[in-house]
Parts: sequence; structure tokens; C-alpha cells
Amino acid sequence: MSAPLLSIEGVSVELPTPRGLLRAVDRVDLTLEAGRTLGVVGESGCGKTMLSRAILQLLPKRAKLDGRVMFGGRDLAGLSREALRRLRGPELAVVFQDPMTSLNPVLTIGTQIVETLQVHLGMSGIAATKRGAELLAAVGIPAPEQRLRQYPSQLSGGMRQRVAIAIALSCEPKLLIADEPTTALDVTVQAQILDLLAREQQRRHMAMILITHDLGVVAGRTDEVAVMYAGRVVERAPTPRLFAHMRMPYTEALLAAIPRLDSAPHTPLPAIGGRPPDPTRPLPGCSFAPRCRYVEDDCRAAKPPLADPERAGSLYACWHPR
Amino acid sequence: MSALLSLENLTVEYAVGGRSLFAVSDVSLHVDRGETLGLVGESGCGKSTLGRAVLQLRRPTGGKVVFDGTELTGLGAEKMRLMRRRLQLIFQDPIASLNPRRRIGDIIAEPLIIVGVTDKAERDRRVREVMTAVGLDPDVAMGRLPHEFSGGQCQRICIARALILEPELVICDEPVSALDVSIRAQILNLLEEMKRRYGLTLLFIAHDLAVVKAVSDRIAVMYLGKLCEIAPTERLFAQPAHPYTALLLDAIPVPDPTVRPATNLAVGEPPSPLDPPSGCRFRTRCPRADRQCAAEVPPLREVAAGQFAACHHPLTGPA
Ligand SMILES: Nc1ncnc2c1ncn2[C@@H]1O[C@H](COP(=O)(O)OP(=O)(O)OP(=O)(O)O)[C@@H](O)[C@H]1O
Ligand code: SF4
Ligand code: SF4
Ligand SMILES: [Mg+2]
Repeated sequence: MSAPLLSIEGVSVELPTPRGLLRAVDRVDLTLEAGRTLGVVGESGCGKTMLSRAILQLLPKRAKLDGRVMFGGRDLAGLSREALRRLRGPELAVVFQDPMTSLNPVLTIGTQIVETLQVHLGMSGIAATKRGAELLAAVGIPAPEQRLRQYPSQLSGGMRQRVAIAIALSCEPKLLIADEPTTALDVTVQAQILDLLAREQQRRHMAMILITHDLGVVAGRTDEVAVMYAGRVVERAPTPRLFAHMRMPYTEALLAAIPRLDSAPHTPLPAIGGRPPDPTRPLPGCSFAPRCRYVEDDCRAAKPPLADPERAGSLYACWHPR
Repeated sequence: MSALLSLENLTVEYAVGGRSLFAVSDVSLHVDRGETLGLVGESGCGKSTLGRAVLQLRRPTGGKVVFDGTELTGLGAEKMRLMRRRLQLIFQDPIASLNPRRRIGDIIAEPLIIVGVTDKAERDRRVREVMTAVGLDPDVAMGRLPHEFSGGQCQRICIARALILEPELVICDEPVSALDVSIRAQILNLLEEMKRRYGLTLLFIAHDLAVVKAVSDRIAVMYLGKLCEIAPTERLFAQPAHPYTALLLDAIPVPDPTVRPATNLAVGEPPSPLDPPSGCRFRTRCPRADRQCAAEVPPLREVAAGQFAACHHPLTGPA
């Protein structure tokens, strides 16, 4: 077997805070093959975004990164800023929750796409403009030639996200990281954007990491899922297997807590009591222990490793799996 | 059952750059005493404006709001102030809606002071009671400041503040949208419990249909300021009559990988509310649109028992 496109090995991210050192990501291992989609799910503060920033080498200045981020055979952590800049676009691209993070409000859409194509692909102005219009059409933007002349503020949120996706895809990246790309959008627009991402991904045989808090989104749109809790991956499995049999109690509880379309109104929801632990005060044992209905004494003593004891292709971090 | 709240042809306009934006346009509906009416629709469709108009926080430009037989539209400021203790509002962003410099006990007691409960011991007793009801420990929480609490706990504080005057109607505007999934379920359960305990009537505004389904007896669907459909919850999910309701239902991502996400959903995004389409406002995205839809505004009509839709060509109807 050839080496995977991306392999994250023992990645930790620590941030200094007034309350002490905060371990946002705690020894995460992940791999991703070309053309596949990995969903990363978890609630706010569980480390999803810091993990994606670690892959992109876009961590806050004072953050400390440990471990290796192997991408196409190179350790990204060891690359110079210049080498990374050349990588972003043609190799690695990102779409954020708020498209304005990557769009410049004072430049037209056209200028932003054309610049990207000129810088990374060395296209001429005319060719880049033509390609820009094609890209906008491909992401479902009507009247693309006119849109090129508009500013981001003149577009709706959904249209802006389409533009951000068009720019991210413009240099045919091998890996796209989409960090909550539809969280700010309405459901009908969300469905269209997720369709768009899936279509473009298949067409380009691109790998994608789809980061979301929504188990509904990962269910329909990913090949594999990693569930994060308190900085760690606590369960990881191919998507159908994960939903068919959740091993880690947190994953199970998270799914149960979502209001279901097929249950009757006023059905009480099996809520998860309490809340995630303070990330500056890590627990010695399982981080989910204070909220887990299956907790036993040994859970509080030692952290369960992420492992696949049955060798069934499904990893989980729990001493007493379901 | 009798209507506690009824809206008759309610219209709310905003002046935007010299033009009129009809955020709520000719909406009529009622909420029965003891009922939870869910109000759903996408961003900017006018849900919050409608909620604020009920409380007269935004004065309607047309139509009436009638609460327990009293017309609120046109009520003087003093009379409205007295009425306000019977109607309360809970917002989406719990942290932002709490004064960061005041202690939790004082925040929750504030409505009591406004209505003139001068006895400190009496106020304390009631604050403790309502805090306990929403799952906060008064001994621990009363003296603390909002920043010491998580989003979910701040929402509990907001709920306590809204309930302390024992209101009859509570308008919840996206009360769980800002909360994590695991906390969301706690707050939804709490709202249901409070509704039973205090005999509340709820207008529950949200964009998430699954969340709305969990708590509502009936659901109203809005699009670009207009009411599209209103029906008993189960009926709306089983047999939506309005094409927009059907689109919303199809677009919900289901946490089950054996259900393939629907594709070819009505394309495009809502048009600008400043320049809504003629006739039916949904027609630019509706697969059933025809000439009549462009020419005539569809009136809200009963298509089945208790199910009303504003559509010329509804998906379901009497057999
Ligand atoms: N103060 C205001 N001045 C001008 N226009 C406004 C104002 N408040 C809201 N609007 C506009 O009125 C329309 C309805 O807004 P409203 O906030 O009621 O929608 P909503 O359904 O609550 O949306 P969301 O789901 O985003 O909360 C939108 O087009 C909005 O941009
Ligand atoms: S290790 Fe123990 S506390 Fe942690 S999830 Fe498993 S059963 Fe629950
Ligand atoms: S009135 Fe016409 S355009 Fe509007 S929802 Fe019905 S069929 Fe569609
Ligand atoms: Mg709103």
C-alpha cells in the first residue's frame, strides 16, 4: 500500500492562557487517502478547529505544536513559511465557516480569483478571468461575468461561501479542509453547498476533511468519521460502521441527544448532563467520565487509549465500550 | 381551547435606504392557551421581527396583536408596561442578554423590582424558587457574575428571569441555536418542564425543524415575511402542503448514513426581501410555479383539517 496523502502522528497543540496551559489537541493520530472524505465531529471547544489549523500550519503565534503532520511525504511542521505559502492553494486549501475570513472586503470577487490563479498557476490576466468565470459557474453562481465585478458585501452569505469554495478549488488542491462550511447558512443553502463540495471532490479526486458539529452532516457526506471530545479523538470508524454500532458512550449520547424527525412531539430528549471538562484542568482518567452513564472506578484512574482491540476497523477510547 | 394570542393581518415594515422592507407581511395566526406554536423559516424571513412585534418592541405598521382579548397594538406605554409581566421573551444569545456586571441573583430579581416588589425577603424567596426550578443552585450561583457560567447555564438564568413574574406567554427566539448539541437537549427538556409547571403558552421560534418538532403542538412556516403553512406538528411532517415546507424537510441532514441526502433540491437562495417576487414569494425557487403563481398572491387556505397553506397548487389537500 502506498503512503496516505495525509498522516497526522501524535499531534498536540498547547496554548498559554491566563488560567494556565490549555491543551486544545491531545495526541491525535489520523490518516487520509486521496479522494476520501473524513468527517471530524465534536462540540464547541473540543479542538476541531485547532486540529485543522495544525494541519494547515496556521496556529496562533504562541501555540506550541507537537507531533508530525505528514502531507505528500513531507512534514509540514518543518517547512519554511515560503514553502508553506507555495503549498497552500495547489496542494492544500481551506474553506472557513465565515467566508469573509478568506475574502477581502475591498477587492472585487474577480480580482481575488484572478490573483490566486496568476500567483499559483502563472496564468495571464485574460485566461485567469475566463477561468474565474468558469469556476463561479461551476459552484452554481448565476451570471458569473457580472459577479466577478462585485464586492463580497454585495453577495448573500450562501453566495459568498460559494465564492470562497471556488477560490479554494481554483488551483486544484489535493486536500480541502472545510471547517464548518455550512454552519452559518440556512438548511436549504447548506444542502446545496454540501452537494457542491461532494460533486467537486469526486470530480477532482480530492481528499476532504469536513469539520462539523452536526452528526447529520457527517452521516450523509463522509467515508470515515473521527469524533473528538476534550481535545482527543475518542472514536474513529468508517461512517456506516460508526452509525451502525457506536462503541464510545460519548458518541452514543451525542446521537441520542439530537431531536429526531421520526419521534413524536414532546418526547423528552436523553440529554447529556453536565458539560465538557475545563481544558486547562485535564482529568487523569477518561475525560468523559464525569458525564458518562457507564462510568466505573477504573475510568477515573487511567485514560483509555484509542485502539481497535477487536481488529474490526473501528477505533474507540473507552474501558467499557458498548 | 381559546386563543391566548392572535395576530390579525400583522405587517411590520422597516425603512431601508428610503424603501420599505416588509419583514412581516399580512400574517394572521393564533396561539391557544397552553399550546406551543413553533415558528420556523430561514434567516431573515421575519421570525424575530414577528416575535418582537407581539411584544410591541417593534411597533407593527399594520394589523393587530390581540392578547387575551386586549389589543396590544395602540396600547399606551404605561398599560403596555403592566401587560409586559404577562408576556416574556427569551433570546438566542444568552450570554449577550445578561448584564456582565450584575450578580445572577440581581439579574433574576430585576423584573420583580420593575413591577414594584419592594420586600427584599420576598424577592429572595422567589429568586431562589425559580433558580431551583431551572436547575441552578441558588447558594452557589446567586452571588456570581455571568462570565462565570457556560452558555447553557446562562440560558437557564435567562429562563429563570423570564419566568419569575409567572408570565402566561413566553416567546422563545432561537433559545438553543447558540448551544452545543449536548446542552441543547437539556434546555429543550427544561423548557418543556417549565411549560408544564407554570402552565405556559409558548411561541417557539427556530430555524431548525427537528428542534421545533420536539416541542411544538403546531408549526407555522414563514418565507420572506409571509406565512406559508400552519399545521399540527405531526401532520406538517407527514404531509406538508406547501412546496417550501417540503423543501425544508428534504434539506434536513439526517444522522443516518443509510439515508442518502436529497439532491436536486429547489435551487438558489431566497431573493432579497427588499425586492420580493410578485405573486407567491416562493415562486423563483418552486418546482410547481406557473403563471398564476407570478400573478396572484396565494391566500392562506385550509387544505385539510387544521392544516392551512398559502399555495395555488398545494402538495396535499382534501381527497
Ligand atoms: N432594524 C432593522 N432595520 C432594517 N431591516 C431590518 C431590521 N431588522 C431586521 N431587518 C430585516 O427584516 C427582515 C426580517 O428580519 P428578522 O430579524 O425578523 O428575521 P429572522 O427570521 O428572525 O432571521 P434570523 O433567522 O436570521 O434570526 C430581514 O430582511 C432583515 O434584514
Ligand atoms: S472509559 Fe469509562 S467513563 Fe469513559 S466513556 Fe468509557 S465507560 Fe464512560
Ligand atoms: S403558489 Fe405556486 S409558486 Fe407558490 S408555492 Fe404554490 S405552487 Fe409554488
Ligand atoms: Mg431571528
